Amino acid sequence: MALGKRLSLIFKAKASKALDRAEDPRETLDYSYEKQLELLQQTRRGVADVATSRKRLELQMNQLKSNSDKLEQQGRAALAADREDLAREALSRRSGLQTQQADLQTQYQQLQSQEQQLTVAVQRLQAKIESFRTQKETIKATYTAAQAQTKIGEAFSGISEEMSDVGLAMQRAQDKTAQMQARAGAIDDLLASGALSDASLPAGPGDDIQRQLEAMSSGSDVDRELARLKGQLAPAPETRAIEGPAGQQGAKS
Amino acid sequence: MIVRIMLEGQYDVPDTQLDTLNELDRELEHAVNTGDETEFRTALHQLLGRVREAGTPLADDSLQSSEIVLPAADASIDDVRELLGEEGLVPG
Repeated sequence: MALGKRLSLIFKAKASKALDRAEDPRETLDYSYEKQLELLQQTRRGVADVATSRKRLELQMNQLKSNSDKLEQQGRAALAADREDLAREALSRRSGLQTQQADLQTQYQQLQSQEQQLTVAVQRLQAKIESFRTQKETIKATYTAAQAQTKIGEAFSGISEEMSDVGLAMQRAQDKTAQMQARAGAIDDLLASGALSDASLPAGPGDDIQRQLEAMSSGSDVDRELARLKGQLAPAPETRAIEGPAGQQGAKS
Repeated sequence: MIVRIMLEGQYDVPDTQLDTLNELDRELEHAVNTGDETEFRTALHQLLGRVREAGTPLADDSLQSSEIVLPAADASIDDVRELLGEEGLVPG
């Protein structure tokens, strides 16, 4: 076989290299067993790391979603206030956010599938390690160093292949979580920053669209208040003037 | 014949499938050599599908080594080149 055979030979070469290092092949068994347990631990941690990364991404996706919803509301409010320019700005930022959301969704699915792969890998590796441990004890009890060679080779190459595969999966998962961590930091910064000018950035609580909308609404609040006061000026205003200071004194003590 | 699909596990595939698998594997290797990602995806998809369909999954605690190791379903040409890395890519 072309490619498949070559890959298999590469895996086997790794196994025999590891075996060649030991003077008494039976020592290799114990050494390898320790390595297997180490890898199992690492893989379990790997599953946890990927899960953490996935959960963080989940939170950020929710935040992006709520920012995007908020921009839509702002767009509506701006349009209701006859500010089409502001509405356009809000919607164009929203579309920037949606692109990011779609991208995060893809990342999320990749993390999910890695988490699944590693979880299954842990189960399989655990079963193989257990099986290896049994064989290892049998070999040590039954054979001399010279006789053990072949038997060890057989047991060893199978588990070594599994370890190479799991090792590669772990490496991939580590690369991915590192990449996601860097990214998550950048997204957190974006989510936290208030003043935004770039259309691709999410809207923070103090963003400029919101400020303009608030300025507009406080402007109209002032108008309403003025109208109310004007209406009150015609009747007698003195009742309020007496109640005011009394209330303040109560608050002080 | 024991076949491993990386990140997935091992299968015991009947030897009667050897010709079909060989053919698909040659296509896969050709795609890796020419760098044709579409051809690679198709060949890999067919090859893995054939193994899963014709093969029986090995028990988790089996310690058999594989005669054939195939890239994971989501592997790219670059991933495969990296795997072959140490011995380099021999064209053909």
